[in-house]
Amino acid sequence: MTAHLPILIVVLPLAGAAAVALLGLRAGRAARGLALAILAASAACAAAALAAAVRTGPLRYFLGGWAPPWGIEYVVDPLAGGMATLVAVFALAAAVYAGPFVERLRPRDAGAFHAVYLLLTAGLLGIVVTGDLFNLYVFLEISSLAAYGLLALGGGRSVLASFRYLLLGTAAGTLYLLGVGCLYAVTGTLNMADVGARLPGQFDSPAVTMAIVLIVVGLAVKMALFPLHGWLPDVYTYAPAPVTAFVAGVMTKVSAYALLRVLFFVLGLGGAASDVLPVLGWVASAAALAGSVMALAQTDVRRILAYSSVGQMGYIVLGFAIGTPLALTGALLHVLNHAVMKACLFLSAGTVLYRTGESQLHGYEGVARHMPLTLGAFAIAAASLVGLPPTGGFFSKWYLLTAAFDAGRWPFAVVLAVSSLLSAVYMFRVIERAYLGEAPEPAPGTAPPGEAPAGMLAPTLALAAVVLLLGIFNEQVVSHVIAFALPPARGH
Amino acid sequence: MTAADAIAHGHYWLTAALLLIGLYAMLAAPNLIRKLMGMNVFMTAVIVFFITLGAKTGSSPPVLPDHHAQAQAAAYSNPLPHTLMLTAIVVGVAMTGVALALIIRIQQRFGTLDERELLRRLRE
Repeated sequence: MTAHLPILIVVLPLAGAAAVALLGLRAGRAARGLALAILAASAACAAAALAAAVRTGPLRYFLGGWAPPWGIEYVVDPLAGGMATLVAVFALAAAVYAGPFVERLRPRDAGAFHAVYLLLTAGLLGIVVTGDLFNLYVFLEISSLAAYGLLALGGGRSVLASFRYLLLGTAAGTLYLLGVGCLYAVTGTLNMADVGARLPGQFDSPAVTMAIVLIVVGLAVKMALFPLHGWLPDVYTYAPAPVTAFVAGVMTKVSAYALLRVLFFVLGLGGAASDVLPVLGWVASAAALAGSVMALAQTDVRRILAYSSVGQMGYIVLGFAIGTPLALTGALLHVLNHAVMKACLFLSAGTVLYRTGESQLHGYEGVARHMPLTLGAFAIAAASLVGLPPTGGFFSKWYLLTAAFDAGRWPFAVVLAVSSLLSAVYMFRVIERAYLGEAPEPAPGTAPPGEAPAGMLAPTLALAAVVLLLGIFNEQVVSHVIAFALPPARGH
Repeated sequence: MTAADAIAHGHYWLTAALLLIGLYAMLAAPNLIRKLMGMNVFMTAVIVFFITLGAKTGSSPPVLPDHHAQAQAAAYSNPLPHTLMLTAIVVGVAMTGVALALIIRIQQRFGTLDERELLRRLRE
């Protein structure tokens, strides 16, 4: 059973998508049940694979029995297992939350929604577990295609935002593919481990330099690294809340994972990758500052959160750029923390929008009085975003700051501190209005908006609890999972 | 670089030219359909790049006439990039399909596909 876990993680949602699409034609409600069951099974497989990988080392699965480098191989090492678990659990949480949203769709559309949602999940899980560069491209595009469709469900503006994302995202995917082509031309193989073994000694080749530039730029667009983040704010603002929470929580992180995988596992530290890191560091610093500054200028809460994602992505890449084990620990911990807190924030904002119809900052006046639990979750996640102990966000920023000082890169430490202060300001603007603002008198004859339905509240509160648990048990997360997930130290 | 070199590297020039044409259309064309066509040209550039990677001077198609014959890999062109591109073409078709579906929705909602006009309406 354990031997088949890597393939099950991907095949369950992939095959499930077809089954759910067919079932949805007859029975939308049953299709939703099946989709949730498949997501739960996939999450269980991912968690089991992670546990096995930490205990006994990476799980390898040869597709069709063809051994690499000829065949495609799936590899679940602790890094891939951790990411897969994160993606699968998030997919499940956002799907549970999507209940009231799905109720508003026609039954047939509900089936289609879940089918595409499963495809998105399958694509993201595929990126995480594959050990093949071209296979990664295919999954990258599967997940992107599904995302374009889901993100366009918010009506008028979201369709246009999604189309522009499609153009940029496809161009980015194509650049990545061209980069993979250059690597293939040099090494004659597409298997990540094999490319990594053949590449040393070839770093002087202009084709390798070109490949690195193309792959980094392609993935930077997909992860919305400033200044290539243009698609993100509109897409996050106008899409339906459950989709935004899932996409904002994990999709950009999976692209960041792909970048980490290529830079540190395929190219290896030393050689050409070392020349990329300083450039990435400065770009990431600009991202961390620019994202926070732009978030300050917004009046729509969802836009604040979207620009904040641009800034937080900067932190993660900054960790990659410093490149020491401590910095990578911080970056990976921040991938986890940011996924949880940003999803929690988008779910809370989506709930407020669902109940009050407001997403503008001034519409949040006094809303905490009517929806104490939702705003409580929002406040906890916001504290984590700012980096207040004992929430998870404090610890990942702490690791990053310490790593920046240890590596003698104090400008990066300053960037982290300034950006955190800015995030405190923009999050406080929301919290202040929600808690201290004067709620408007409800129109005569209408009750004030109450707390959200349980199906929406449960995932939001669960995520808020996870934000706190990640803070309290950060040491265990680091020593039992992330410590195993770090790339092998090579030629310094 | 001599003229002979330039010709020998002709496929790289073709790839670069297609990439730039596609990128220009995606950036400069105001009409969404034209942007989509630019994106298709952009993807085609990579397909050309991969297919020419597999070609060798004087090689034959990778079909073994006799099942038991010892294959001389050097005598055949490399089929792997070609099969990869079959997948990439499928990705491109799917992408075009989704893009066209979104374009139909945009046309229904806004009644125009001109980007300047769309942006103007969104500002109002």
